[in-house]
Amino acid sequence: MSAAYVMSDCWTMTRRELAHWARQPVQVVVGLIFPIMMLLMFGYLVGGGRGIEGEYVDFLVPGMLTLTMVFGLEGTMTAVTQDLDKGVIDRFRSMPMADGAVLVGRSVADMIQSATGLLLMTGVGYVIGWRAHGGFVAFLGAMGLLLLLRFAMLWIGIHLAMIAGRAELVQAVQILVWPIGFLSNAFAVPESMPGWLGTVVAWNPMSATATAVRDLFGNPGGEPGHVVAAVVWPLVLLAVFFPLAVRKFRRLSV
Amino acid sequence: MTDAIVVEGARKRYGDKQALDGLGLVVGGGTVHGLLGPNGAGKTTTVRILATLLRHDEGLVRVAGFDVRTHAADVRRRIGLLGQHAAVDEELGGRQNLEMFGRLHHLGARRAGARADELLERFGLADTGRKPVKRYSGGMRRRLDLAASLITEPAVLFLDEPTTGLDPRGRGEVWESVRSLVGGGTTVLLTTQYLEEADQLADRISVVDRGRVVADGTADELKARVGGDRIDVVLRDARRLDEATKLLPGSEVSVDRDRRRVSAPVTDRMAALAETVRALEAAGIEAEDIALRRPTLDEVFLHLTGGREQATEVAA
Repeated sequence: MSAAYVMSDCWTMTRRELAHWARQPVQVVVGLIFPIMMLLMFGYLVGGGRGIEGEYVDFLVPGMLTLTMVFGLEGTMTAVTQDLDKGVIDRFRSMPMADGAVLVGRSVADMIQSATGLLLMTGVGYVIGWRAHGGFVAFLGAMGLLLLLRFAMLWIGIHLAMIAGRAELVQAVQILVWPIGFLSNAFAVPESMPGWLGTVVAWNPMSATATAVRDLFGNPGGEPGHVVAAVVWPLVLLAVFFPLAVRKFRRLSV
Repeated sequence: MTDAIVVEGARKRYGDKQALDGLGLVVGGGTVHGLLGPNGAGKTTTVRILATLLRHDEGLVRVAGFDVRTHAADVRRRIGLLGQHAAVDEELGGRQNLEMFGRLHHLGARRAGARADELLERFGLADTGRKPVKRYSGGMRRRLDLAASLITEPAVLFLDEPTTGLDPRGRGEVWESVRSLVGGGTTVLLTTQYLEEADQLADRISVVDRGRVVADGTADELKARVGGDRIDVVLRDARRLDEATKLLPGSEVSVDRDRRRVSAPVTDRMAALAETVRALEAAGIEAEDIALRRPTLDEVFLHLTGGREQATEVAA
């Protein structure tokens, strides 16, 4: 199959996802508002920040951005599970279209949604007093790291949806992403936690991204030298889950 | 004309269950072939293998001249599939769906749009506008599904229980559409649980049971093997069964004493009914129920599979 057909199929499947958004604007808006709500709740209601030097909001915003990327896993999994449940996937698979264009459409749409979400959240963060001090290039670098983490979560989500394939398991994952997301340095520094917990938190791949992003933003909790880990961790996850997901999709009902 | 579908000795196992057990099938180009069988007989498995959605374990499977295993892409360019569940995007409108499938068939944006309009018109869906498919009636959804299967005027069309779950009107709509297609030279493989559906649409029928074809032929040939219509009379008084037996037409009258029922094959339905009622009345025999019925699918199966089992016994 020619590259032009592959591109065209991927674009058609992306358009499909965008058309879904146009049909359900409320759902899209709710999806964008939820992390902002979390940000405001943690910023004003929960008010943590044990052992953090400087303003908590400066620590919190990069943490929330990271957490939102990780929670994206659950959104992707829900969408893929719903899709697989429907006969339309059978039609796609019986058509002469590029293998995996369905998955590409899903990932492009999810990445657009996440990028939009990131921009919105940084905007709201700015309003509540968060500032990035690292300059424009560092800001773009931080966004890049966040989206890379999201991309890894996306393929984990796709893979989980295909091996689980049932609504009940989506629910289990929806619940499990909370402890996984919170067992990180998104809201607090590992030093403020009991020893063993601090170790778990420090090793959570999402902590690497949060630390590197804080560093790039010039926010408290940032340490230089974590960018490599923030690049390598998602790439490792991708190296495992991307081929698994594509392979699984090709052999869906075999 | 060459054969559009050739299946030889196809086997497929799911865990413990042998879904296809050496199924064989030949469908001539431009004909409608019915696969008739109960739930779990292997009809859907067969269709999914033919449509490249499932890989078989053993055997030869060719569609439109291409091996489904080694030339899946070539097969996909030549087939249309109407599965048991509507294979369209429920959130999108009818036109959006057809245009999307057109693009995926690489028609290009303009032709995909034009083809979508053409098909909507042809299947009486032109006035559905932007309404999402999930708000369509069952019949409309199936028609859209059928339209989606026909984007590129496929050489071979698979219809897997196309009317299951539809009301009689929806069923009629789908039948009408299928008939109009066949005129265009498309080969159709149709699976169904309804004898009547196969009867209405198919040139030839293969009866499938436990993963293999147990009989095939035209609808008339199969019916002849089962026998025609029957008349059943249930008496109020079991003591008069023998008397009633003599009143029924024909010589092959059977008696079911537990159910106080006499039963006989008939050729002219209405005449047989009128005669029986008259004869019973004249003899003063009270009937609780009189019914004319066509052979049911159950009877076709009892007949066909029963015959097979006897043959096995004799051989053993």
